[in-house]
Amino acid sequence: MRISRLLVIGVACSLAAACGGDKTEDQGGDAPKNGKITVTATDTECNVATTETAAGPVTFAISNKGAKVTEFYVYAGGDRIMGEVENIAPGLTRELIVELPAGTYETACKPGMIGKGIRGGFKATGENKPLTDDAKLKQATTDYQRYVKSQTGALIDKTTEFVTAVKAGDIAKAKELFPIARTYWERIEPVAESFGDLDPAIDARDGDLEPGQEWTGFHKIEQDLWVNNDVSKSGPTADKLLTDVKTIVEKANTVELSPLNLANGAKELLDEVATGKITGEEDRYSHTDLWDFAANLEGSRAAIAALRPVIEEKDAALAKTLDEKFAAAQAELDKHRKGDGWKLHNELSETELKALADTINALAEPISKVAPLVATK
Amino acid sequence: MDRRKMLGLAGAGAVGAAAAGVVGAQVFDSPNPAQAADAGAAIPFYGAHQAGIVTPAQDRLHFVAFDVITSKREELVELLQRWTMAAARMTTGKDAGSIGAVNGAPEAAPDDTGEALGLPPSGLTLTIGFGPSLFRTADGKDRFGIADKRPAALADLPRFAKDTLQPAISDGDICVQACAHDPQVAVHAVRNLARIGFGVVSVRWSQLGFGRTSSTSRSQTTARNLFGFKDGTANLKAEDAKLLQDHLWVQAGDGPEWMTGGSYVVTRKIRMLIETWDRTSLGEQEGIIGRNKGEGAPLTGVKEFDEPAFAVKDAAGESTIAMDSHVRLAHPDFNNGARLLRRGYNFVDGSDGLGRLDAGLFFIAYQRDPRRQFVPMQTQLARQDALNEYIRHVSSGLFACPPGIKAADDYWGRSLFA
Repeated sequence: MRISRLLVIGVACSLAAACGGDKTEDQGGDAPKNGKITVTATDTECNVATTETAAGPVTFAISNKGAKVTEFYVYAGGDRIMGEVENIAPGLTRELIVELPAGTYETACKPGMIGKGIRGGFKATGENKPLTDDAKLKQATTDYQRYVKSQTGALIDKTTEFVTAVKAGDIAKAKELFPIARTYWERIEPVAESFGDLDPAIDARDGDLEPGQEWTGFHKIEQDLWVNNDVSKSGPTADKLLTDVKTIVEKANTVELSPLNLANGAKELLDEVATGKITGEEDRYSHTDLWDFAANLEGSRAAIAALRPVIEEKDAALAKTLDEKFAAAQAELDKHRKGDGWKLHNELSETELKALADTINALAEPISKVAPLVATK
Repeated sequence: MDRRKMLGLAGAGAVGAAAAGVVGAQVFDSPNPAQAADAGAAIPFYGAHQAGIVTPAQDRLHFVAFDVITSKREELVELLQRWTMAAARMTTGKDAGSIGAVNGAPEAAPDDTGEALGLPPSGLTLTIGFGPSLFRTADGKDRFGIADKRPAALADLPRFAKDTLQPAISDGDICVQACAHDPQVAVHAVRNLARIGFGVVSVRWSQLGFGRTSSTSRSQTTARNLFGFKDGTANLKAEDAKLLQDHLWVQAGDGPEWMTGGSYVVTRKIRMLIETWDRTSLGEQEGIIGRNKGEGAPLTGVKEFDEPAFAVKDAAGESTIAMDSHVRLAHPDFNNGARLLRRGYNFVDGSDGLGRLDAGLFFIAYQRDPRRQFVPMQTQLARQDALNEYIRHVSSGLFACPPGIKAADDYWGRSLFA
């Protein structure tokens, strides 16, 4: 009942606005007059007449109907100021003309001229050009592709050593090499994952597969090593693993990446940490999850490093936040170093795991802002 | 998108008396019971006191306690400002962020999680409180330069007899009580606040509640708890202006100054041993509570709101309302006149693996000074209450809830951090 009544009111208002038939002074949602967008500001509200317009020069007419002096801002992502009017005394109306390229913005009234203001979404619509036109973004993908190449080289070398140890029946050596070979895999996993059928063949866990599907890859051998303590029948699985790794490496080094792949990959690596490593689901037999954790974090950092000049230019504060949060996550992880490697997952307390989860959440939220930043021109 | 647009227009257009009356109204000192009339309507976020205290108790609860994980004061203040913005939006039925769940760039994660799209404000209130540990850590460290502003009334609660508290679901640096008539709206609010807080705060515990167990206004009937009894008949109510001043709101001069107009909240998760209670005879149940089960009248009266006559004795010379009955031990007459504004909710967290409902009462009580109100009351109840055989206190929380947000340049905790 409630919803339908409000909807009816909404339709009636927007029709009136669209027709321009109603010019009652105290209506917050006025139709644009002379192409201007009216903004009615009070001490607790900021009513912008429309929240979408065509890209190009846009005029706002701000009326302060509150009791406090106010300000009006238009922000792009990361609180970059596109335009502002300050010192609008109660009762006054001021105008702001601002050039807005196509994109998503925020409007803000600041009664009392402090704080973050009362924000609203705003959209300028127009044409979009491909991101690769941007020289800095092109450079970022080139840099990251070089990183992928270096990692895939090591991945093949270490997987070869691991497979050799398994086939030689050297369980101790294979156990030692298992987390090391996986490190190179985990650093570039989002790139690898884009080749649908090969990722499960290499990295599926028991239970990921449907009945009847053959279980192969790292985790099958992990079970043979740690649970069955017998690799005498693991030879064919080991051979297939190496073949699959070589195939995926070849594909990874020829695929054309977009800057958005980098940004999203950086976030996905942290999602991997949050859902698989902190819970101990990834390496459930060997408990070497912290090796994978460290590799995911390094891979994420490498992708962001490639994009850093772009982030720095568009939102220096975000770049700084990312530096801090990466450092904090690394510091929290470093508490669990042991020799050349890491403690086992089951050696960490609930409190220690929660602290790790908190630092990953703290990092992943700002990282999720990189993709839209990269996409904004 | 629809959620935000339709409400914005309804509020701004001054059309439809029912909608405009509640959406646009600025109610300060005088809570209006009529607000509860429409379960979809908005409760004003701005006011002299925080909403969600004397606001007629909504049907649903999501209560969350956070640990602050940053050591930087400016990060905490920044978060409180961002939270206030989001809370002001969500309580009017808008998306948590200004761009919204579906209006942003396709490459961006939305700044609202979206599950409340299309839902009305549903009476959502968000009420914040600061725990003792925010001011000083257990080992005495002044975390954010506010240790000297810790209210004396925010003294750690003592250990009460029979407490079986679980630390993991107790205490916390900051709490937010989200109440709404629609559980999805309350959960949406807590989820979005938690998301905004990543890196600065971390969720310590949270509790869902259904079915208010108290009425906070005379416009409401008294609800029942999971023992099947009316609960909170003698509760402080929004209309009792003088009593609210005496028992609920921190008054000028109580100290510290930043709490004036605020209140202290105590939460207790009280597990009920439902199954043993259910096989207790009606007479014994009524004797333990001190009220009859149907009407809720005291055993010496006929109607729910009849005053209990504690002096009355039966033919055998025993008090009609037993000395260890709940209603007697909790009554102001036996607690130096102390009263509470209770705002609790029933909870059922599934079952416990032994075939029993994991159920009970999430007790929430607001008051002017816990040292004079909750603490002596609970000390007495914990020692003597006949009900103790059927309940276990498993979690506890104490928080100082600052006064209300007056306008958009104000933020949660400004009086504390300014």
